[in-house]
Amino acid sequence: MLKRLRGRQGRNLWFLAFVAPFFLGLAAFVYVPIAWSAYLSFFDARNTVTPTKFVGLGNYAYLLQDKLFLNSLLVFAIFAIFIVPLTYVCSLGLALLLNNLKYGQAFFRSVFFIPTAVSYVIAAIIWRFVFFNGARFGMINSFIRSAGGDPVNWLGGGNNLYWVALVSVRLWLQVGFYMILFIAGLNQIPRETYEAAALDGASGWRLLRWITLPQLRAASVAVLMLLFINAFQAFDEFFNMLSSIGQYPPYGRPPLVHLYLIAFGGGQQDLGVGGAGTIILTAIIVVFGLGQNWVLGRNERRGAR
Amino acid sequence: MNLNRRTLLLAGGGLSAAAVLAACGNNNPLSSESPTGTAPSGSPSGSAPASDVTLTQWYHEYGEAGVKEAVERYAAEYTGAKVEVKWTPGEYAKILAAQLLTDDVPDVFEVEQGGSLDMIRSGQLEPLNDIIDPVKDQFNPAVIKRFTFEDKIYGVPQTIDMQLLYYRPSLLEAKNIAVPTTFEELVAAANAVKTSDIGGFFAGNDGGVGVLGTILLWASGHEQLNEERTEAAFLTDDFYNALVAYRDFSKSGGVLQAASAEWYDPGAFVNGEAAFQWGGLWSLPAIKEAHGDDVGVIAFPAIGAKGRPVVPFGAFGACVAAKGKNVQAAKDFVKWLWIDQEDKQVDFSNAYGTHVPAKVALVPKADKLADGAGADAAKYVAENGFTNDIMWSGALGDAFNAAVSNVIKNDADPEAEFAGFAEKAKTELAKLKG
Repeated sequence: MLKRLRGRQGRNLWFLAFVAPFFLGLAAFVYVPIAWSAYLSFFDARNTVTPTKFVGLGNYAYLLQDKLFLNSLLVFAIFAIFIVPLTYVCSLGLALLLNNLKYGQAFFRSVFFIPTAVSYVIAAIIWRFVFFNGARFGMINSFIRSAGGDPVNWLGGGNNLYWVALVSVRLWLQVGFYMILFIAGLNQIPRETYEAAALDGASGWRLLRWITLPQLRAASVAVLMLLFINAFQAFDEFFNMLSSIGQYPPYGRPPLVHLYLIAFGGGQQDLGVGGAGTIILTAIIVVFGLGQNWVLGRNERRGAR
Repeated sequence: MNLNRRTLLLAGGGLSAAAVLAACGNNNPLSSESPTGTAPSGSPSGSAPASDVTLTQWYHEYGEAGVKEAVERYAAEYTGAKVEVKWTPGEYAKILAAQLLTDDVPDVFEVEQGGSLDMIRSGQLEPLNDIIDPVKDQFNPAVIKRFTFEDKIYGVPQTIDMQLLYYRPSLLEAKNIAVPTTFEELVAAANAVKTSDIGGFFAGNDGGVGVLGTILLWASGHEQLNEERTEAAFLTDDFYNALVAYRDFSKSGGVLQAASAEWYDPGAFVNGEAAFQWGGLWSLPAIKEAHGDDVGVIAFPAIGAKGRPVVPFGAFGACVAAKGKNVQAAKDFVKWLWIDQEDKQVDFSNAYGTHVPAKVALVPKADKLADGAGADAAKYVAENGFTNDIMWSGALGDAFNAAVSNVIKNDADPEAEFAGFAEKAKTELAKLKG
């Protein structure tokens, strides 16, 4: 019995030895906090992680009746509508361009990938104070003025131009990473497939439409899922581009920013409401993930037929 | 965002966020490398003999050079116990909040406005009435009022910071304009002095909406909450008219909508980008260095018939952990440093930047407040000082700021925009009262 548990050559023991530390770390820093958040979400947990006042679904009701919280979900939707397809198209386009380069491919790959290593906070600050500075001598405003226009207040509200700054900084930061994923996917496509298609007279757009894109389906699914989740978790660039000391405007407020303000604003620690918000957002991501899997799985099954 | 003196002055819905993890005890990498202290001589009325008592005192990281050395020096001079100063860079409020949830709490620590409602409700702060009641009349009354909750005081004010309106007298004189005393005069002055190179009035790159929201409330003659703290006390035509007046000012071109720096930074005013700038007293040294005597300060002027001038203030309070190991010894130390040692209190306020001593009688001893803009600032905080009510929670501040922004930025009708606020305030305040 013991022998069977240990496995051949003690493989099971080795497996446990290698996996256990990581699993314990994951449990301590991921699963326990998630479970604890769920627990806190049913209590009035102000400034305590061991609350006693049970409020049932009160914290959930509070959030779901909060206009600003519901608006934050809309903000996420708008952000996702812009950033997901834009990043997908740009990163795929760059991957295709680089993949066909005969010289300098490694150089350009590095050039496009470098922004991935930049901190979101630093990038947001550069975007805020250099490019999209609303003052007349902000970089973009300087160009506008030299062309005879008036300076634009990019981030100050009263218009929707802050989206230009928010979407462009995220695009710049992440397009290189997804480009690398697509390049990896492109490298998996056998050359023979293209040669066979070329013999049949296919070229250019038709090759892309009928060979490349179908072969990249797995990479595309992964990229779209990552893009969606990352968009949902947007915080750093929004917060650092739009907040002032202790202030965050009502616009351009994604869910995590709003939760942060609601749970920790005004010098308070409302961990119950924070926990409820976390569970709601997690549920939305899980539902989306399962939904996407179901839709794509159905397409796969249709393709198999 | 680091917590510093400026974050005391949030005009509603501030961010003093909680943390999940913080380093503990003597292993705290954020702590001062060189714990200070002297061999105690003389026994305080603590729970252990003085020679056995070691107190831990936490400060956030002050921006001014020399503060860390100063507080370590103060601690070293105390003979009633050994005091180890922990200097805490980064997110002090988060680190402190997390630490207070553990059993290893600092004995003495500073907290914005002398303690948050959450800290008080959860019994983390020891009431200090026995040491401060006999002398509370010596402190700035507005600060003491804010530090008092249900007749208890949980922190001894250390020093006062404030926001105020900077202006350039020479620019007004050039146009033969008097220093504004009302909001209407401010609008007229800002529009008169602005040129293609110099904006009129600047209060942040959001057009001033974020920082001025609650200031407009107070300047219109109202308070955030009623005396019983059961409902909002400002939902009147005075306040709505104040919002509309600021919106009109904003649209008139008199408000500079964006500048090279934010309102809390002296940069825009130093660069001559605006004739008037809303800012903090902490910026006074840099502004004086740039413009010399060509600097004046006023409170935010009164708006409407019931209006009054306003300067928001903030003060860190020295607090004692209720579950500390040496509560009485900690209280003795707080009394010694922040009540008895007046020379140190003046040094703390005056030697490292410009701040207002918490005790009224010490203000004249701060030479930076002796004349000019510094003296005016000290007068304003005594006469026109306001700060957020302790029950003005993050959720209330957030809803308030959203409504103010929609009125000023998106032309929303103020009464309609604040229609749901009264109910929200009632619900939130009832929830906070428990």
